[in-house]
Amino acid sequence: MSISGLLWQLFAIVLALALAPILTGWVNQCRAWMQNRSAPPLLQPYYMLHKLFLKDVVLAHGASSLFRFAPFVVFGCMLLACAIIPTLSTDLPLAPTADTIALVGVFGLARIFISLAAMDVGTSFGSLGGRREMLVGFLAEPALLMVIFTTAMISQSTSVATIVETLAHREFVIYPSLAFAGIAFTFVSFAENARVPIDNPATHLELTMIHEAMILEYSGRHLALIEWAASLKLYAYSCLGLALFFPWGIAQGDSFLGLLLAIPVLVVKLAIGGVLLAFIETINAKVRIFRAPEFLGTAFLLAVLGLLVRLLLETRI
Amino acid sequence: MNAVIPFSTQLINLFASVILLLAFAMLAQRRVLTLINLFALQGLTLCLSTLVVAVTTGQTHLYWSAGLTLVLKALLLPWILHRLVRRLEVKWDVESLIKVPTTMLVGIALVIVAFNVALPISQLSSTVSRGTLGIALATVMLAFLMMITRSKAIPQVVGFLAMENGLFLAATSATYGMPMVVELGIALDVLVGAIILGVFFFQIREQFDSLDIRHLEKLKER
Repeated sequence: MSISGLLWQLFAIVLALALAPILTGWVNQCRAWMQNRSAPPLLQPYYMLHKLFLKDVVLAHGASSLFRFAPFVVFGCMLLACAIIPTLSTDLPLAPTADTIALVGVFGLARIFISLAAMDVGTSFGSLGGRREMLVGFLAEPALLMVIFTTAMISQSTSVATIVETLAHREFVIYPSLAFAGIAFTFVSFAENARVPIDNPATHLELTMIHEAMILEYSGRHLALIEWAASLKLYAYSCLGLALFFPWGIAQGDSFLGLLLAIPVLVVKLAIGGVLLAFIETINAKVRIFRAPEFLGTAFLLAVLGLLVRLLLETRI
Repeated sequence: MNAVIPFSTQLINLFASVILLLAFAMLAQRRVLTLINLFALQGLTLCLSTLVVAVTTGQTHLYWSAGLTLVLKALLLPWILHRLVRRLEVKWDVESLIKVPTTMLVGIALVIVAFNVALPISQLSSTVSRGTLGIALATVMLAFLMMITRSKAIPQVVGFLAMENGLFLAATSATYGMPMVVELGIALDVLVGAIILGVFFFQIREQFDSLDIRHLEKLKER
């Protein structure tokens, strides 16, 4: 581990912190354009964060220390996830600390804390949101794991860095199983990031909201941290998707030039991903909450199918 | 760990996987029009896959069957089905007897069975596309499943046609296609079958005011 490696790792984290709200703003902007509305400015999430950080925190009477503690845990988890996923290079100091299974665990930890905090105050909306979030989470997690196992079978390792290296820096091979895994991953990331087929991030309609119901009681800097963490989660999922399915452009090793080149590539890939996300959100309607198991069940089955196809087609017996 | 697989085989495998994916999409689809579009897409993918096999192996008759697939399964049959749906005015009509998630689970089980059954057979074959035999078998079984679980007539016909897609893929992957005469015969059969079934739809609807084939189970005249 060298000093330059450490510096680049630090830079990757700062980049994640800076890019995540912009990514959210970009998706919102694209979505507004596609729906023929006038779009909010690109930096709107930043203005939001700024406003929220300046405001006072108002706590409910029954709030325990867990309620105050949870935003920091959630934010920390998401930041850690962003640091582990190879966004710029496969050879950064934090990359070997956790493999993909641990990464899913990190996301799970954040989910548990935000759901507990939602139930902590004792409002009906909070516990409703918490329960729905756990429902979605418990269906999404196995599908995500199956996706990861498919990619792990190709590279014979569950470490994200090794997977990226295998896929990006060896001879180009078409893996049909990755097509299945990619579609399943898209399904899962829509569900996990509270996007349209499962949840609508733009409304506060009590019958349908999941993520918004959980954070209704938060205010001030707590809310700012949670909003930022949500942006980071979107960024982390986008980067994970890019790393697993479109890994070209991520640098190998820590040569200065390669890393410098990786930054614009990442930004372009994220921008395209944002447009696609907004497009899919625009052409789809939100499904009923009872359809969520079907949606995520399909994702799980696709991921399993990917595994099977991998076994049938890509291994020579 | 990856023995180098030739690029053409990779392409064939990719197309075969897309066909399997589309078979699952059809199984999960609730709307008739989308179902027909998915079927057309499956036909197109089948045509591309056949074309790749033809280019790789230089078998001229495979070009013919690829063209036949394109004209018949990607253009003509979907067009006939679209016309039927328009004239019968059934756009929302897909209903399945078992719930969709259950169907998908059964589908996965079928895929596992098909892959296991096809593995020893495909090892006997020496074609470039022998790996896809399992997928072909799985497509046939999924189409079968669709015919069993759907209660309305049009999805059943789509299932029947999708089954033919699977058989065609099996033939191409195991033995580079059937003899031209057989292939032409099957194509004609499918076409005529679709037309006759189309006439049949009108008869069913006239008799029962619905396309639900469960009405056919009652034997007595009303």
